[in-house]
Amino acid sequence: MAEPAGASGHRAPADGVRVAVSPDGGRGGGKRRVSVCAGTACVFAGSMRVRDAFVAEIEAAGLTGTVEVSIIGCHGLCSQGPLAVVSDGDTYYPKLKVKDVKRVVEEHLAGGQVVEKLLYVDPATGERVACAHDIPFYKQQTRIALRDVGVIDPESLDEYLARGGYAAARTALTTMTPAAIIEEVLASGLRGRGGAGFPTGMKWKFAASSPGDVKYVICNGDEGDPGAFMDASIMDGDPHAVLEGMTIASYAIGAHEGYIYVRAEYPLAVRRLRIAIAAAEEQGFLGKDVFGSGWDFKLKIKEGAGAFVCGEETALIASIEGKRGMPRTRPPFPAVSGLWGKPTNINNVETFANIPWIVANGAEAYAAYGNDTCKGTKAFSLAGKVVNGGLAEVPMGSTLRHVIFDVGGGVKDGREFKAVQLGGPSGGCVPAHLLDTPVDYESLAATGAIVGSGGMVVADDGTCMVDLAKYFLQFTQNESCGKCVPCRLGTKRMLEILERICAGDGEDGDIDKLETLAVAIKKTSLCGLGQTAPNPVLTTIRYFRDEYEAHIAGRRCPAAACVALIAYTIDPVACTGCTLCAKKCPVDAVSGQRKGPHVIDQGLCIRCDSCRAACRFDAVNVVSGPEQIAAAVDAQAGRDAYGNRA
Amino acid sequence: MPRRAVRNESASAGGPQHDLDLTQVGTIVAEGDPHGNLIALLQRAQQEFGYLPETVVDEIARLSGVPASRIFGIITFYAQFSTVPSGRHKICVCHGTACHVAGATRITEAFEQELRVNDGGTTGDMEFTLDAVACMGACSQAPVMRIDEETYGNLSADQTRRIIHELVRELGLDDVYGGAEPDAAARAGGESDG
Repeated sequence: MAEPAGASGHRAPADGVRVAVSPDGGRGGGKRRVSVCAGTACVFAGSMRVRDAFVAEIEAAGLTGTVEVSIIGCHGLCSQGPLAVVSDGDTYYPKLKVKDVKRVVEEHLAGGQVVEKLLYVDPATGERVACAHDIPFYKQQTRIALRDVGVIDPESLDEYLARGGYAAARTALTTMTPAAIIEEVLASGLRGRGGAGFPTGMKWKFAASSPGDVKYVICNGDEGDPGAFMDASIMDGDPHAVLEGMTIASYAIGAHEGYIYVRAEYPLAVRRLRIAIAAAEEQGFLGKDVFGSGWDFKLKIKEGAGAFVCGEETALIASIEGKRGMPRTRPPFPAVSGLWGKPTNINNVETFANIPWIVANGAEAYAAYGNDTCKGTKAFSLAGKVVNGGLAEVPMGSTLRHVIFDVGGGVKDGREFKAVQLGGPSGGCVPAHLLDTPVDYESLAATGAIVGSGGMVVADDGTCMVDLAKYFLQFTQNESCGKCVPCRLGTKRMLEILERICAGDGEDGDIDKLETLAVAIKKTSLCGLGQTAPNPVLTTIRYFRDEYEAHIAGRRCPAAACVALIAYTIDPVACTGCTLCAKKCPVDAVSGQRKGPHVIDQGLCIRCDSCRAACRFDAVNVVSGPEQIAAAVDAQAGRDAYGNRA
Repeated sequence: MPRRAVRNESASAGGPQHDLDLTQVGTIVAEGDPHGNLIALLQRAQQEFGYLPETVVDEIARLSGVPASRIFGIITFYAQFSTVPSGRHKICVCHGTACHVAGATRITEAFEQELRVNDGGTTGDMEFTLDAVACMGACSQAPVMRIDEETYGNLSADQTRRIIHELVRELGLDDVYGGAEPDAAARAGGESDG
């Protein structure tokens, strides 16, 4: 019998995240450890090569017996990847290159000296920070759903157990009644973290009270919103938390079978979940007679096949049944008639990950976070033009400003904040003057945006809001399943209008047409995809109407981002004639003598941005609008506004 | 960096396969659950053949009794399935929100120009397939892409061109893809998903 889960101290308060506390904790062994982040972003940045370099260098230094190299799930501050944490002092080494590894091994691991030069530099103070939990990005967070992500080796059940894992499920299944569990979840105030915000306890209650011997519990891991990666990080960073949450749910609602539906694009999550399920089954934490409680729970993984609409619960069920993932009308709700017509409870990954913590620490502890309407915490994936891109979990009710500026460190490259896009294709853009909006379901809905699954993409003054709206419409139009007319045809018509506007062919009345279509689509679509698809357009019209008007009336993109409306020219005064842009130009559109001002041929230029990116003297200008372009072309040729050579 | 398969080596998933050995379909249908879970069965079939051409679909239909129309319904619904073969090397450019605002369109354009292929299409010599994907979840390294198993982050259009040139050289294809002039005959057109 386990000790009461509430007593497991290390699960408790998550204030000011404790990152990478040596997860072997009580296990002993005394080996020092280098934890290399194997989150998706770090892997893209090359963390696996860094890991291999650590293994090789540690061996070369003869330290293999005393230092081990392990991987961890997403550590959080993805923009600093590839990163590694050395167990002594939780020393944090960001942006590691393979060639840096030798120094860390020789100076730190062998010599006992922290490699000062490789430490994180706080952009606000310019000071080096050695310890991960002293970095503002981490310090400002409250981690409950992400409590173990980036701390433990996701492929090790022992490490999950060492952090108090499965104690909650054991307590729930061996000492609590299903009704008591549901009461606890209700009291915690937890609401669906997939975006809709329906009270989780209520959902469980409906499924539990539905008549029937066969019921199912499903985890929705079809995180399809582009720009959101919280669920992926939980699934590949702490898979057992999901399994444990589902096990508790299965007992609470009376389901002996469960499915985790994982998006096709997340092979790493699938792999880690498989490893986790096998390990849990072997220990008797899943399968027959779980924890000796007599409760059976069989868990299976279903891999999606690439369809955004499958995030909608009825479509997801159709997909698990092996059919086209098309939604159907509700009622009946899945709690009454779901998978194969049986009562089914569907929750999102993050929702399930919260459950063990709530059972272990009590509903009250969870409800202590958040505001009046929304309790607990919410994980966000911060991306776009933000300094600290990564995973951020904050109490519900924190302001957008807090998340973007205090945790996220503000806008990248010293540019100006324009808007934050929340909730992906179903969400909306919130402008600067609403930055003090608290992050909760009701307050964000009032702005026209949604909490959504938690994607937060920051846009700066170089982001065109019309183009962003077009981008999302392109996405939803492409992903519309085609079953209902408003969504299938309506989004297509809206997209056509937006494409025209961005191409400089907008017409008077286009904005009105967009609004009329948007309202009709929202009101008459069958499922959430169509009902929310117009949101990105509606919110950008609401807050950035002037940008739409500039595109339509002035043939001008104020952000100078819409390729059809911009031109690249060279400022003859700033140009030093270094010839770098001419070398970089893939279409030989740049000409000029060495040490003389260069000129871009407007007829040849494909606006690929290579010259501007290459220029070290800020001499390449991007301009938009017919007059502005004409003036810039004249200036480039050394002519004044009357066409005379200066 | 792992060595990529060179041009003459046979790649299991790539290349047009006119003489498909359909005997495997029997095993796949027998071991699968065509009436309960067609998706998993088709995923396995695609793994086996690289894509799902009409001959394979017809054989699955014949052996399982599931109408070919229903099978095609599923294949065309999910992005993962393809009815045409893909190239030996798969290029996936991420077009998630973060990658989009970071300039993913220009990354795709670089491939289109350098490899003379449309987004969603395959080069005529079956070497490269260019695809856009919605989000790979590596938003903080945007824009990102994947070429076969290799991943790349924080890209610029210029850097992408360099990667392409290096890749083409490594594969010994610089004689084919060295020139800048677009060659209409090399365009495969491909199916656009837009």
